[in-house]
Amino acid sequence: MTDQNSSLSHLDLEAPEKPFLDANELVINMGPQHPATHGVLRVILRLDGEKVLGLECVIGYLHRGVEKIGEHRTYTMFNPYVDRMDYVAAVSNGLGYCETVEKLLNVEAPPRAQYVRVILTELNRIASHQLWLGTHALDIGAITPLFYTFRDREEILKIYEKYCGARLTTHAFRIGGLQYETYAGFEKDVKNFLDFFRPKIDEYEELLTTNRIWVERTKNVGNISAQDCIALGVTGPVLRASGVKWDLRKAQPYANYKNFDFDIPIGQNGDTYDRYLVRMGEMRQSVRILQQAVYAIPEGPIMAKVPKVMKPAVGEVYHSIEAPKGELGYFIVSDGSTQPYRLRVRPPSFVNLQALDVMCRGQLVADVIAVIGTLDIVLGEVDR
Amino acid sequence: MSDEIKSPLSPPPDGDPKPTADQTTVPGGVKATASGSVQSDPKSPAEKPASPPPSPVPAKPASTAPAAPAKPAAPAKPAAPTPTPWDSPLVAKLRSSYGSGIEPLTYAGQNYMVVDRSLIPEILQVLRNQEQFDYCVDITAVHYPKREKQFDVLWILYSYARNERIRVTTQIGDGESIPSSVPIWTGANWLEREVYDMFGIKFDGHPDMKRILLPDGWKGHPLRKDYGILQQDNEWVQINLGIESGQ
Repeated sequence: MTDQNSSLSHLDLEAPEKPFLDANELVINMGPQHPATHGVLRVILRLDGEKVLGLECVIGYLHRGVEKIGEHRTYTMFNPYVDRMDYVAAVSNGLGYCETVEKLLNVEAPPRAQYVRVILTELNRIASHQLWLGTHALDIGAITPLFYTFRDREEILKIYEKYCGARLTTHAFRIGGLQYETYAGFEKDVKNFLDFFRPKIDEYEELLTTNRIWVERTKNVGNISAQDCIALGVTGPVLRASGVKWDLRKAQPYANYKNFDFDIPIGQNGDTYDRYLVRMGEMRQSVRILQQAVYAIPEGPIMAKVPKVMKPAVGEVYHSIEAPKGELGYFIVSDGSTQPYRLRVRPPSFVNLQALDVMCRGQLVADVIAVIGTLDIVLGEVDR
Repeated sequence: MSDEIKSPLSPPPDGDPKPTADQTTVPGGVKATASGSVQSDPKSPAEKPASPPPSPVPAKPASTAPAAPAKPAAPAKPAAPTPTPWDSPLVAKLRSSYGSGIEPLTYAGQNYMVVDRSLIPEILQVLRNQEQFDYCVDITAVHYPKREKQFDVLWILYSYARNERIRVTTQIGDGESIPSSVPIWTGANWLEREVYDMFGIKFDGHPDMKRILLPDGWKGHPLRKDYGILQQDNEWVQINLGIESGQ
């Protein structure tokens, strides 16, 4: 013991310049198996002490070749595959895909189907944000929100289960309309959920918004400017938290979003705290949309006239929607056969993840976890 | 792009003013939004009277085609929709400076231009710097093995200021490379890497041209048409995973 002490003091006194470990720049590996990377994301960090100098993402661990599969399935057969990309927002994926093929076929879903689509998609946005909030808070060290959000998300999943039998990979829509007519009591269930959920958002906010630990861990962490967001192609809540008031539901309305009155919450600083507030605001706006939609569902058919064997005319179409994570686009090339000639998915998570490097530079290692959480990525969608 | 809004939703005016009001608050990064987004709605009506005078006979049906018939001509369309020429001030401007290297078209209310490979870097630069297409939505490719120039490479661009989306397409042969657009849009980095990974198209001047989704040592580019759906790099699988086959 005494020997060790003396050797240490010897080190300190005699050779203070010479570092014990040459750690000016340290490269460490985070993931792919890491609880805070939300799936199998590997991040190679270049560190100076605890400060991040730069990082590189290694992705592809979940690559399933969705785009290749799309070329070998008919338009209808491919529909369930899209649910497996962003599996926490499967309904949004389905909406984007069905609308793109509808555009290619030049058909339009009937009004009743449009309303039910908006309701299910907005419920899904809430569910996706709840999952984000729970896991993000858990990463930062707050365990309680996870239980709150999962408890409430269950109510949405119950509605899905009643509607189509599935909770996550719902396959709720069909090209040209809906898979199923709504069940008896669907509207009542949604209304009950809205009454149940409205006070819950305040409950989440009470836990976090003014919580000192939460504020310290999120304010001025992972800042990104509007210019950087645009240059990187970042969309969704991340873009809006940097102050750009852009939402595809408003900018280029699809489905029947133009019938609904809602606001686009935005932030100013583009930090993790603002992104948190933006998503909380989005949940409130989704409730607003749902409130309008659920009282206005018209009667009528749920399917447009769509041929049993779909052979869209030769041509190519790009269509995108505002998924919970940003702009989700599909680019489909038809050669006039029953299968897409090329099917490209433009996933929001993939493009947003590129911003991780910019957002983490100069931050601490612990903040990398917070930034991965705040980007709200789903690796199933990044890797496809 | 206003056309794209119109085709699925017949009466646009009541829904459209919203985005204009909202986009005004965009901060310094995206200037001209106030004026630009106002453009987005009045533009489509304004475009119609504006475009016919400079354009000769064939362009006239084009200028009316995407905007007006969305409502009345919808049932007639499924018969044989074909790309029609796309005419707009933007196209006129590009055409005057680049001539016949650009073929602007409209299909299903979406505008795109087929551009000669040699003009690509310049056109993209002009679209980004002068025409405010500041957001590169996606870069991807399509493989046509039977064609002499086997690949379509395409850029999907969006302008926050104009609220307009266009596609730029070019054709290149197998083994040809194409200038990287990372200097124009930082976000092109991963998108170009994915095109390389899936199609084997190299981008000159890309800062880090390597595979992104597949492992570095993988052989073959899966989204080429000659790559079978069950095909895999057996050697890689045997060496790295220690199993006979991944299937």
